[in-house]
Amino acid sequence: MNDTWFQILGALPPLLVALSVIGLFVTLCIARHERLVYAMTVGGLNLALVATIALIPLGPVAVTPLYIVDFYTLFFWGVILVATLACAAFAMPYLSGFNDRREEFYILLATSALGAMSLVAARHFGSLFVGLEALSIPLYGMVAYTFRTRASLEAGFKYMILSGVASAFLLFGMALLYGATGSLAFTNLIPAGGYDADAGPWMLMGIGMMLVALTFKLSLVPFHVWTPDVYEGAPAPVATFLATVSKTAVFALLLRLFVSAPITDNAWLLTLVGVLALASMLIGNLLALRQDNLKRLLGYSSIAHLGYLLTTLVAGASLSIEAVAVYLATYVGTSLGAFGVVSLVSSPFAGKDAAHIDHFRGLYYKRPVLAVSMAIMMLSLAGIPLTMGFIGKFYILSVTMASGLWWLTGGVIVGSGIALFYYLRVMAILFMDRPAHAREPQLSGTGDNWAQTVVWLLAAATILMGIYPAPLIDLAAVAGITLGS
Amino acid sequence: MLLCWLLFIPFIGGLACWATSRGRDNAGLARVIAFLSMAAVFVPAVVVWFTGDFSLSGDPSIAPAWQYEIAADWISRFGIEFHLALDGLSLVMVMLASVLGMLSVVASASTVKSCVGVFHANLLWTLGGVIGIFLAIDLFLYFFFWELMLIPMYFLIALWGHEENDRSTNTAAAVKFFIYTQTSGLAMLAAILGLVFLHYDQSGVLTFDYNQLLTTDTSGAFGMVLMLGFFLAFAVKLPAVPFHGWLADTQANAPTSGAVDLSGILVKTAAYGLLRFALPLFPEASANFAPVAMTLGLISIYYGAVMAFAQNDIKRLISYSSISHMGFVLVGLYAGTMLALQGVVLQVLASAVSTAALFILAGQLYERMGTRDMRALGGLFGRLGALPGFSLVFVVASLGMPATGNFLGEFLILFGAFAAHPWFVVIAAGGMILAAVYALYMMHRVYWGNPDAGGTIATMRVREYTMMMALVLITLILGLFPNTVLHVTQTVTHDISSWFAAGVIAAAQTS
Repeated sequence: MNDTWFQILGALPPLLVALSVIGLFVTLCIARHERLVYAMTVGGLNLALVATIALIPLGPVAVTPLYIVDFYTLFFWGVILVATLACAAFAMPYLSGFNDRREEFYILLATSALGAMSLVAARHFGSLFVGLEALSIPLYGMVAYTFRTRASLEAGFKYMILSGVASAFLLFGMALLYGATGSLAFTNLIPAGGYDADAGPWMLMGIGMMLVALTFKLSLVPFHVWTPDVYEGAPAPVATFLATVSKTAVFALLLRLFVSAPITDNAWLLTLVGVLALASMLIGNLLALRQDNLKRLLGYSSIAHLGYLLTTLVAGASLSIEAVAVYLATYVGTSLGAFGVVSLVSSPFAGKDAAHIDHFRGLYYKRPVLAVSMAIMMLSLAGIPLTMGFIGKFYILSVTMASGLWWLTGGVIVGSGIALFYYLRVMAILFMDRPAHAREPQLSGTGDNWAQTVVWLLAAATILMGIYPAPLIDLAAVAGITLGS
Repeated sequence: MLLCWLLFIPFIGGLACWATSRGRDNAGLARVIAFLSMAAVFVPAVVVWFTGDFSLSGDPSIAPAWQYEIAADWISRFGIEFHLALDGLSLVMVMLASVLGMLSVVASASTVKSCVGVFHANLLWTLGGVIGIFLAIDLFLYFFFWELMLIPMYFLIALWGHEENDRSTNTAAAVKFFIYTQTSGLAMLAAILGLVFLHYDQSGVLTFDYNQLLTTDTSGAFGMVLMLGFFLAFAVKLPAVPFHGWLADTQANAPTSGAVDLSGILVKTAAYGLLRFALPLFPEASANFAPVAMTLGLISIYYGAVMAFAQNDIKRLISYSSISHMGFVLVGLYAGTMLALQGVVLQVLASAVSTAALFILAGQLYERMGTRDMRALGGLFGRLGALPGFSLVFVVASLGMPATGNFLGEFLILFGAFAAHPWFVVIAAGGMILAAVYALYMMHRVYWGNPDAGGTIATMRVREYTMMMALVLITLILGLFPNTVLHVTQTVTHDISSWFAAGVIAAAQTS
């Protein structure tokens, strides 16, 4: 096989997604048929998932200087595709009551997933920027998709403006780094004095500006203020996408940047990242304590989770990459489940604040399986054994302990202690007596059943991975080795 | 095989109980299943008790002598195994768990009316988690069970809590319990990981196996920090002052019947954890830490006693009295001689039994009188059948009267600790006087005094009578024939005391 074909083969999963996006455009020009559009989206994503799995034996493929398809990439492609599929499944029943064009949503979703995939494979500033924008721009549309609801439109604007500012920071940071090193590829970002020399102030400023932009996307403290508002205003499936796919892709990129770019090996920079991590886990958890809206609550909790995750960057232990892979996979699975229940229960277009915690009171007596799934997800987010969230937390504590980062270990423990309070509150409410005025969760036919099945599968996976995590750990270990070498 | 049986029977029984609640709620069947599952744990344990070889083998061994052991791969990446083992100490604890388990099923028979199947499922899962704690010797597995039993316990308190309070008070108590235990548990997890990586640095083997980790050199400041991580988790569960904040609230809000208090007592057998993990793994750090821990023990003895005296709620009084009992346990543990450790085992068992009995009696009293407030009670002696008589027996046991196990436990602890720490013992002995004060004061307020009216209010049912007689019997056996227990645990306490003695010597050399 010649080189070009080999590269195309490596890039097959994103190409399949891109093809299905084009296919969707063409279909929409000819006829509007929601079922068909949905089927094409899901079919394309599934094909891409199969292709991702099939590429596992292939080994690392460099696709142009811009992208690298190694096992690390494939692992996160898998996570992204599964999460996108789940979002599509939740979107179907959610949008069924939406009184406008519903089909474009799936185009935006697939395009955004494409951007995420590009981001994960990026090893060059060019592909980084393209990926990030391809991820973000469709998201503006998705957040504001139910634009007749004031909150949704407001959230869309908020996200767009702040995202634009972040992109500006990113570009400025890249420009500074380019000026200092004359290169745009991650691995060539070498300090002027050679590999072991300290990075100069311009380089630090450049990488710092990039960090600002990326931490904005990851909604880490102090760039977290937009998160709860956007999560609350956005349609629930979009909030799901923001919390899972967008976070995964950006974090995977950040980790690759830190592992492969020599200039990030700077004590001052790592301390700064550590402070961000500590602040995120404490502030995120503290702010979540008094939330009554479940989407806001999950938004704040995601800030804290990203804070836990960031500790791995500081540690830089051999275990770090594996820890990130495991933690992100478990976090994505759990968040999907939690948001899935939220989007099923807070079926749309029946007044504001459908995600208010009161609507979940006594859910167990109406929809027992959904409530039990939600309880499992809460336990998993809290990191209790028997759920896969515990495996993730175990990894984070392993990494911080192995690198002797006592202050971060203490932060993770204190943060988890605070977090228990609100996770348990949600869990207790599910089993309380149901008030008379609670909104009844609506059933809307087949799409709803699909989404329910997805939630059940996620709950089952959460328990299974919690009891026997070996397969996940093995996959993550391979991903860690390929990137580390 | 036996170990898997002991561990999985409660979990399977719990599932079966849950299954009975699907469709129509078949309360009787759930109770029978729950009782039989605990009996199925109890009977093989008794057989091992009589057939096992627990003789003292002369020299203290390097590795612990397990009667049964089973291991299977679990997460090989970290060297984590599904590793269970049983020796005299775990056997005694498993038996205690199964006895208290059976009692809680029987005790809850008249008061738990709603969702009986699910209630028993949660009860059995809690007990299963507790038995897992006693059997697991892979530190990861141990932690797994340590946290696992929290979840059903949480639901028991939150959903079937004391009916006088509304749901939100019970939930708040359950959340408090959960946060205390889970946060301190995470500190232990961090310490476990620290220990594992320390062992990895020293030997190049990544393992969570207790037998191998015993060989780790844990001297120095790092060992001290790790030991503190373990100690924190156990001190919260014990509980020792100043980590006792959760206990009284939890037990005051637990279901009235006392069923959950019993598993609560088991949960508190953190003495097992200290004995099994904190002392053997960190002998030197423990020796250095002993004065602090014993001081905490003394404070707990006095604080528990004084607080117990000030309570109006019977259940709160009993909770604080158990804090006082656990103070003795802490003193005995960190004295570290074989005699003191044997005393600790006896004290844990005896205190668990007498506290359990008092909780059940408090539940029965509540059922008859409709209140647990001692200000509203009085003059009940002779009006409740045998109930006041049984109360007297266990009150007296709880204050440490000779012929009860509690007396022997406290006696052995003080006797064993005297040679090394005379002043601690002198002060601790004073606490026994306070125990007499609060215990008799409670007796006085509830049962003596002028009756409001004559005549019998209610007598005891056969079920309740049998239950109490069984507990009296156990207390007397512990008090009159302590060798039945001490014989089984002697190998373990001998090993631990010799490791600890080596730690004391090492600590004296470095300081």
